[in-house]
Amino acid sequence: MIEVTGLVKEFSGFRAVDGLSFTVPKGQILGFLGPNGAGKSTTMKMLTGFIEPTAGTATVGGASITKDSLAVRARIGYLPESAPSYGEMTVREFLRFIAEMRGKRGKDRDAATDRVVELCALGAAAFQPIETLSKGYRQRVGFAQALIHDPPVLILDEPTDGLDPNQKFEVRKLIRSMGAEKTIVLSTHILEEVEAICERAIIIAHGRIVADATPADLMRRSASFGAVNVRVAGADVERARRLLASTPGVERVEDWEGSLRVFPRRGESVAQRISELTRQQNLPVEQLSIEPGRLDEVFRQVTRPEVRS
Amino acid sequence: MKPTQVESYRSLFFPLFKREFLAYFRSPVAYVFIVIFLLAAGGCAFFIGGLYEGNQASLDSFFAFLPWLYLIFVPAVGMRLWAEERRSGTIELLFTLPVTMVEAVLAKFMAGWAFLLVALALTFPLALTVNYLGSPDNGVILAGYLGSGLMAGAYLAVSCFTSSLTKNQVIAFILGVIICFLLVLVGWGLFTDVLSTVLPIAVVDAIAGFGFMTHFQGVSRGLIDTRDLIYFASAIGVGLALNTLTLTAKKAT
Repeated sequence: MIEVTGLVKEFSGFRAVDGLSFTVPKGQILGFLGPNGAGKSTTMKMLTGFIEPTAGTATVGGASITKDSLAVRARIGYLPESAPSYGEMTVREFLRFIAEMRGKRGKDRDAATDRVVELCALGAAAFQPIETLSKGYRQRVGFAQALIHDPPVLILDEPTDGLDPNQKFEVRKLIRSMGAEKTIVLSTHILEEVEAICERAIIIAHGRIVADATPADLMRRSASFGAVNVRVAGADVERARRLLASTPGVERVEDWEGSLRVFPRRGESVAQRISELTRQQNLPVEQLSIEPGRLDEVFRQVTRPEVRS
Repeated sequence: MKPTQVESYRSLFFPLFKREFLAYFRSPVAYVFIVIFLLAAGGCAFFIGGLYEGNQASLDSFFAFLPWLYLIFVPAVGMRLWAEERRSGTIELLFTLPVTMVEAVLAKFMAGWAFLLVALALTFPLALTVNYLGSPDNGVILAGYLGSGLMAGAYLAVSCFTSSLTKNQVIAFILGVIICFLLVLVGWGLFTDVLSTVLPIAVVDAIAGFGFMTHFQGVSRGLIDTRDLIYFASAIGVGLALNTLTLTAKKAT
């Protein structure tokens, strides 16, 4: 659905986006991750036709962003960062305006407006000026305008930014429910969001792709993946440390937030052995858990400049 | 571009024009603006221009002050158009909708112009007054209104351009006033008189040819000259062309 080839954007000598290439198949939810200033928003602005690439191109549903910008824009629903809207208009006026700008007139326009007001739970605020609404409502208005023409492609720049946990939950549910039929690209720096809704994550740093995999695969890359956390009552910590360190397959044991973290050698699985060991040796284990890997670790590993070079 | 690819594409001029025009009336500023404009226009005509004491059934004294009134009022109407879009970030929303740059520039300009024409039309009691007091040449008055409307458009095109230069409405307003002032000045009788003491007449005439007043004077006295009409149309064209170029270069900054 989206094909990006060698996309480059320079701002007065500075390369914000440096040769991005990737493909998003129909129906995929892709999470775009990266530190601030990595080029996430710039890439989205190029895909949505707001700015032109310095080099390279992309197609959305077969239409080229450089040659056929209007056709690309017609296929995309876009939520820009911090959801800008015309504050003096009421929610309803604004959505009707966007519907008209999407080529809808009369009954068609009103039906489309009603649909998104319902979908984004905006009924209670429909007749209030947008500038009087809370951040959460404004974000949902931005969401509603992106959905009004039922586009095949959604591009969402930090869709849950500024929302409270309940609102985040609702928006994520909405995104997941639309993922079945729409191609969605969203940017975020909330890593749990990627785990929660994305089928694939691309991490970019300094305008380049540094990782491209499913969230589960990425987590597997983290240093702590597969480690076993063992919490032992105070008096037995040192005995436990010695025993764990001498268990076959264990590389090293570290202190971690009041527990012992046992790192297995590459390719080894030690959870079973540790569990048996604690029983045989009568270690008073309070808690035992296997580390599923951490996206934030991977994120730091791949985006820190010293690690990259 | 292959138009067939944009299946549901329609001209987006009208919805955008409508939004921009109604945006003026969404705040009380528009009503305050119109009232002050009418008071100022009437005040100038009666108290400074001596419309009543002049014993002439004409609106000359009203039209004579219009170029000076527009100097403040038109940049105030135009300053919001692009500066506010850039400040609030809605420009990103606007230009990721399937609207072309030219459509957007024209829609906003026309909306501002329509607002100015409404304000101008509301000066009709002046015309009724002179008709009540005497028997003026209403053809001349109509020509004056035609010229005033066109001149408002030229001022507004300049203001649209200055509005696209900055995110700050106040700066847009001041720049608009300055450029419009220069365009008034070069065609103002007192200024050209001074200029002709140091420059050859041909040069002074050429400079004055760029002035608003030079082209407004004739039409406000009932002489509709195509050259004057072309001048105002060109001024609008140049202002909007600069507006488009600035936006293309600066919309994302």
